[in-house]
Parts: sequence; structure tokens; C-alpha cells
Amino acid sequence: MIQADNNRAWFLVLPVVLVVAFTAIVPLMTVVNYSVQDIFGPNTRVFVGVEWFREVIEDDRIRAAFARQFLFSFLVLLIEIPLGVAVALILPLRGWRSSLAVVAIALPLLIPFNVVGMIWQVFARPEIGLLGAGVNALGIPYNYTADPLSAWATIIVMDVWHWTPLVALLAFAGLRSISPAYYQAARIDGASRLAMFLFIELPKLRNVLTIAVLLRFMDSFMIYTEPFVVTGGGPGSSTTFLSINLVKMAVGQFDLGPAAAFSLLYFLVILLFSYIFYTILQQVANK
Amino acid sequence: MSEIRIEGLRHSYARNPTASDLWALKQVDHVWRDGGAYALLGPSGCGKTTMLNIISGLVRPSEGRIFFGQRDVTEVPTERRNIAQVFQFPVLYDTMTVRGNLAFPLRNRGVGKVERQARVEEVAAMLGLSDSLDLRAAGLGAAEKQMISLGRGLVRADVAAILFDEPLTVIDPQVKFSLRRKLKEVHERFKPTLIYVTHDQNEALTFADQVVVMYDGEVVQVGTPEDLYERPAHSFVGYFIGSPGMNFLPVQPDGERLVFPGGALALSGTVAGALPDRGALKLGIRPSAVRLSGGKDPGAIPADVIDVEVLGAYAIVELALGPTRIKARVRDGAPIPSGATGVTLPPEQTLLYSDERLIGALA
Repeated sequence: MIQADNNRAWFLVLPVVLVVAFTAIVPLMTVVNYSVQDIFGPNTRVFVGVEWFREVIEDDRIRAAFARQFLFSFLVLLIEIPLGVAVALILPLRGWRSSLAVVAIALPLLIPFNVVGMIWQVFARPEIGLLGAGVNALGIPYNYTADPLSAWATIIVMDVWHWTPLVALLAFAGLRSISPAYYQAARIDGASRLAMFLFIELPKLRNVLTIAVLLRFMDSFMIYTEPFVVTGGGPGSSTTFLSINLVKMAVGQFDLGPAAAFSLLYFLVILLFSYIFYTILQQVANK
Repeated sequence: MSEIRIEGLRHSYARNPTASDLWALKQVDHVWRDGGAYALLGPSGCGKTTMLNIISGLVRPSEGRIFFGQRDVTEVPTERRNIAQVFQFPVLYDTMTVRGNLAFPLRNRGVGKVERQARVEEVAAMLGLSDSLDLRAAGLGAAEKQMISLGRGLVRADVAAILFDEPLTVIDPQVKFSLRRKLKEVHERFKPTLIYVTHDQNEALTFADQVVVMYDGEVVQVGTPEDLYERPAHSFVGYFIGSPGMNFLPVQPDGERLVFPGGALALSGTVAGALPDRGALKLGIRPSAVRLSGGKDPGAIPADVIDVEVLGAYAIVELALGPTRIKARVRDGAPIPSGATGVTLPPEQTLLYSDERLIGALA
């Protein structure tokens, strides 16, 4: 351990502490404040303890939304991580083709979220959309406004289209940083393409893939705009995810107390799962 | 096992090489004798690594053929050549144990488990890795990691040659010595052909029986360390080998003499009749051959001592012969005159170069 000679270092940290306090801790504390009070008006409020938390936990709609949200994140990770790595593997590593491919792949990431929603909303319409009409023409009944399965398929495919590029770019950056000597040594050792992937590329991609998994988990768990624009949470409540519930509660019904309690639980679940993912991925690597 | 023969090898990384500087290898014909320990010495960018990668098949040459014995391997891919290569930085399979790393080339070639284990144990014992066989390779030090890289080459029973591309760059100086000794042991035991690329002359001279010096895409001299020191075939070899490098004095022939600014030498020996009609002439002499005669020798060239640098067991004396500067290396303790003195250049150790190539000695 290194012992500090004096405490002056604290002054250097102080600006960061202040900035974080005002941007993160203070707003979070106001949410904590709302979550334990029932607010009737600007000057009438009652302390209710954990009442709102109990209400949120016992709410069947919220429980169902949690289940839906987990299923959604699970599917998204299951598809996007392997697909992103596969895309990165077939990209040309250097030269103008590489630059062109990277720009082309990154395009979905540059589109505003609500525009992504609009694109797919139109694209997937069964009567006029290219995708929707095309799928129906193949004889597969498809209507995302009426059929929950179609709605889920639309949202999953949209998310894969929108976010696989991020995974691909991260994996591509990881692949680029592998020294050519590794591939040369593997060729001399007579390794197959699969062995090169398993014993060179995958281990070297560990860190970027950890980041990719965490980012994609957090973002997919918080997804709001795109499903809201495409399905509005329907049909029924089949695509009503947690954030859609939360917005309805906080802005639609102005139930600040339950919404605050819900927000805190939502936040803690994301934090907990990110921690679990991180720990597991680090342990797999050090085994 | 067999010799490695290179014929008419030329290589360029450019697609349509026109200018001569686009050729990484200009013209190489060379035979690596079976079981020889070679050092491939040269400055950065002279084509050493290209040559190595062509032998191992990682790079396909633009022109020329490579033979292992009678077999033409120019078109044979790396994994089917009997070649192992150790790179500048240790290349390991991070997720595997030391044992896994050593067994990897054998597993890829479908060698059975029993034989695989026996080979791995044998090589690990040889390289002093027996105790760390079940450790994760990623956690070891740089020297052990290079040993594992070497071990992956040695486990293969079919390996005819092991190529080293500056393998000791990342190793501490103290450990380098023991690693070089280990390499010598390995060589004596298995007798593979070793080709060791380096730009460190000490490494090359202590390791190899034969040193191949490359300069600007060509092999300029092949010889024992003594040959390279005493009779550099190319002025680059003289300059590159030895510390400090050889002195070179541009000279003009003038009847029976060779004249340089500040002095002249008698044109004698076999070179007297063999002077080329044209081409820049240079005299080359090792600093250790330059004699400070202090004016007693009648044939001495007048010189001024302008600087003395004492380096432990010897001293470097910088001399001015008129406008020409040369260096002399004298044993520590030998008298060093100050100011005006005289130097003698012994004709048998004074070499004449024409267009950078050796023609002969002045005796």
C-alpha cells in the first residue's frame, strides 16, 4: 500500500465530487425522497415508508413487464453478441474497403432513436411496408399491430438492426489490435481457422466483449423510444416494457411516489445484473 | 532434415515494383547448411525479417525458389513446412496452460495423446519448464514465455529448422545470457538448423558458427565471426561489426601511392595490379590495427591526438591526419601521446575497397 504524505489530494478530487454530487447524487436523492412520501400538493405531503415499494412489487402489470424485459434483453444479447462478432470477423481488416465497410455498418447508430422507430413502423406495415407486405406475400401471416408474436419479432429485428453494429465495431477494434505475429505463430503451429478463433481471437476479444455485453444489457433493459413508436406497447400490453410503464406512471398518471419507487428498483436491478455479468465474464477469463 | 537452399530470391511488398528501393530483397542466393547455427545480422529494414518469413512460408516471394533438400517448397503453405519460428514478442495462447501451449502444435497435427505427453515432458525438461507445466502461460515472465514459444517449435519431431526473429528483445540483459546458453544446448542436442535474426552484433557473434550479414536487401557477406571482423567483404560489414566500426578513408591512386587528404600510403601487395578503372576507392582499417608510433617509425604519417575516451579495458583515441579523422583502439595502460604524433597503418591489415566491395589488402 502507498501511504499518502498529506491530504492535499482531496482538494484535487473535490471538483469531481461536486460535479457528480450535483449531476447524479442530488437528483437521485430527490427520487429517493419522492419514493417514501405521498405528495398531494406543494405543501401537503405524508411520509409513507416503504408503502410505494410494496405496491410496485405486488403490481402484476409491473411484474409482467419485468419478465418481458428480461426475455427481451436475453434474446437481444443472444443474437447481437455472436452476430456482431461474426460481422467483425468478415470485415476487411485494412485498406479502403475496411473504412467503407465500417462507415456503412455504423450508419444505423447515427440515426435518432425515434426515427429508427418510424422507419420500422412504416417498413413493417402489413399493407404498405416493404417488409410487412413481403412477409405476408410469402404466405406467413404477419401483422405487428394485431399479433403479439409479430410485434415481438419486429422489435427484436429492429433492435438487432440498430445495435449489432455497435457490437461489431467494438469486436472489430479488438480484432484490429491483435498482432499479426499471433496469426503467423498459429499458422506455423498448424492451427485450423476455428482453433485460431477459439484460442487467439476470442480470448483477445474478452475485454471488448465484456463492454459490449454490459452496454447492450443496460441499453436493452432500458429500451423505450423504438417500441413506443412502433407498437406503443401493444398489442394489448405484449410489448409494454418497463420504461413504457414508468413513463405512463410518472407522466401520464402523475403518480410520483410509486414512479419513484419503481425507478429505484429499476436502477438497482440494472446495477445488480451489470455487476453479475461483469463478475462472471472476469471469472471465465481467469479460470 | 536437410539444407535450405534459396535461389534467385527477390521480394517486393509493392504490387508493381519499378524503382530499386521498392525491393525489400534485391537478389539472394544462399544455402543454409543442415544443422548449422546461423545469425542473420543487419540494420533495421535490410530485409532480414522478410527473408525469415519467406523461409517459413508466411510471405510468398515475388521471384525465386526455395528448396528444403531436393524438395521445392516455394508454393508449400507454412503449416506443411517443417519450420518453427520464434517471434520478437512472446506469442502464447493465453487461455491455455504451459502444457496446453506446448501440446498445441501436436494436437493440430493429430499426434496421439501418449506420444504428445511424452514429447511435451521431454521438451519441458530440456527448457526448464517442468515445474510450471500446469500453470497458466499468461502469468509467466517474458523469459519463460519465450521458452514456451521455442518449446512449441521443439516438440514437433519433424522440425528441420527453427527461425528466431530477434527473440531476446524483450528479455532482461542478465537473463539473455542464460537463454543464449540454453539455445546452444538445444542446438547441440537436437541439431536443427537455427537461423537467428538480430541487429545486435554481440548476440550474433556469440551465438552463431556462421554469420550472414544483410544490407539493403542483399547478403553482403557470409562467414565466421573472425572473417567478418578481420576481412569485411563490404564496407558496411566493417562499419557495422566491431566497436567502434572500421575507419574508412576515401583515397585517390597516384602512381605508386594512394593519396588521401592529410597523407599517403604506398600502393603495394596484390591489389597494386588489380586496381579497377573506375569506382570510388576507400581504405579500411580496424581501430585496433592502427598503431601510434609516436614519430619513431620513419614511414609514420603525422597525426594529432584530438580526443581520448577511456572505456574500461581499452581507450579510443581520435586522431586528425590533416583534415582526415580516424580512430585508434589501444589497450588500457599503453602510453597515449598527446598532441602531435605519428601513426602507422600496417599494410596487411589495411584493406582496399572499390565501390564498397573489398578488393584486397595492401600486403
